[in-house]
Amino acid sequence: MIQVIDVNKTFGEQHVLKDVTATFETGKVNFIIGRSGSGKSVTTKCIVGLLEVGSGQILYDGRDFTSMNNKERKEIRKEIGMLFQGSALFDSMTVEENVGFPLRMFGGMSEEEMQERINFCLKRVQLEGSNKKFPAEISGGMQKRVGIARAIAMNPKYLFCDEPNSGLDPQTAIVIDNLIQEITYEFKMTTVVVSHDMNSVIEVGDNINFVNKGMIWWTGGKDDILHSSNQELNDFVYASDFMKIVRKNLS
Amino acid sequence: MQIFFHIGRFFLLMRTTFRRPEKWKLFFRLMVTEIDKIGVQSVGIVALLSLFMGAVICLQTAAQIESGWIPLYTVGFTVRQTMILEFAPTIIPVIMAGKVGSNIASEIGTMRITEQIDALDIMGVNSAGYLILPKIVAAVIIFPFLIIGSMFLGVTAGAIIGELANVIPLADYEVGIQYDFNTFQVAYALIKTTVFAFIIVSVSAYHGYHTKGGALEVGHSSTQAVVYSIVLIMVTNLLLTQLLLT
Ligand SMILES: Nc1ncnc2c1ncn2[C@@H]1O[C@H](COP(=O)(O)OP(=O)(O)OP(=O)(O)O)[C@@H](O)[C@H]1O
Ligand SMILES: [Mg+2]
Repeated sequence: MIQVIDVNKTFGEQHVLKDVTATFETGKVNFIIGRSGSGKSVTTKCIVGLLEVGSGQILYDGRDFTSMNNKERKEIRKEIGMLFQGSALFDSMTVEENVGFPLRMFGGMSEEEMQERINFCLKRVQLEGSNKKFPAEISGGMQKRVGIARAIAMNPKYLFCDEPNSGLDPQTAIVIDNLIQEITYEFKMTTVVVSHDMNSVIEVGDNINFVNKGMIWWTGGKDDILHSSNQELNDFVYASDFMKIVRKNLS
Repeated sequence: MQIFFHIGRFFLLMRTTFRRPEKWKLFFRLMVTEIDKIGVQSVGIVALLSLFMGAVICLQTAAQIESGWIPLYTVGFTVRQTMILEFAPTIIPVIMAGKVGSNIASEIGTMRITEQIDALDIMGVNSAGYLILPKIVAAVIIFPFLIIGSMFLGVTAGAIIGELANVIPLADYEVGIQYDFNTFQVAYALIKTTVFAFIIVSVSAYHGYHTKGGALEVGHSSTQAVVYSIVLIMVTNLLLTQLLLT
């Protein structure tokens, strides 16, 4: 479980996060949704420590991340896997070197054990046979999956995915969503997904946090989100014609 | 004020860069790759420049001492001094700043804007140390070799052109290159070069590491890297010369 308590973040004059409080539960797919520029990525980056918070606390299963020094944070980071919005694969390395990188750096495994783990992770994301390819030689969807494989290589307790299916076709997007959900349930991870794709929210969102103007505006499950009376949330959810049709059918 | 901000941030970056590597094996492997990228792949251009510069200095010096008052061996002496004192240890690094510096800045800058550096940080890897330290060590190791090669080639080219163009007999040239030879000047050159190697890599890495934005900014960082490296080389050259030679 990750708890975010009263987190504030400013960039110069701009107050981006205002008293953000949220709980991300273990073994569930937790979503952060919201409009572009509302502070989703900043929230995620604060949680993992890529940005320093202005004030507030971040607890990883009760361990206060914000007050830790670099060395203590490093230990927590070994329990974190992250899929970046642009995949962020190391382009000088092959697919299997990418997935094996954290293992080689920290794993303390033998070559065979490492190879086994790499193959396991690649199989988990249905990418057997692409081991020797470079990131530039595979498609965007495959890069995302390699990103996931790399994120789960160290068996993380916490998984962060920033817009895992942006730029993907609807079918591949669902494959990725389901993959994230399966992995979360299978390994009892605390998963945080940043997205503005209502399809994935409804598909796999166990616990959804709607961010608006730098605040957590609404929290709930995928069954509640379609029936909320919150104006801003409804504007967000029912922005597309498609969702407007869904609303018509619901009522 | 801006300048103090950069100096402060530069030294902070260097402090994280010079932490003990996570995995020595990995560090050495990266360092060998960098020695190849920074050093071996620059041998051609360094050799070419040194040969031509040595030859030109020889011809120019010879052209100016036709009066007969000045002994002919001065030509060899001048070529040697110029190569050892300035051309090899300063001008070659300036060229390298253009070649290696822009390369390092754009490589690291691209990794920054595509979040590859964030990915390293998230894993708990010391990204600055992992990316920058092997390059600094590689450059500091390989630059002196390049520079000694450059001195040697320059002086040799002078001898050859002197003979071919019939401006100075080899015997006189030989006297010149041995005249009043001071090994400390070679040491001075090597010290300078080592410092310049550090400047080029660290300054370029700094600009790459702190790139913000997109592809346009990567280009900007890489230009900044070259400009600042060269300016710093020039200033340091003055300081070191004052300190070591006078
Ligand atoms: N490094 C930064 N420096 C200054 N301002 C920033 C920085 N990062 C984000 N911001 C600002 O914080 C606000 C929130 O940005 P954030 O990236 O969190 O949006 P987002 O919700 O992830 O949007 P999107 O869906 O488009 O990715 C924006 O107004 C942005 O300009
Ligand atoms: Mg974002």
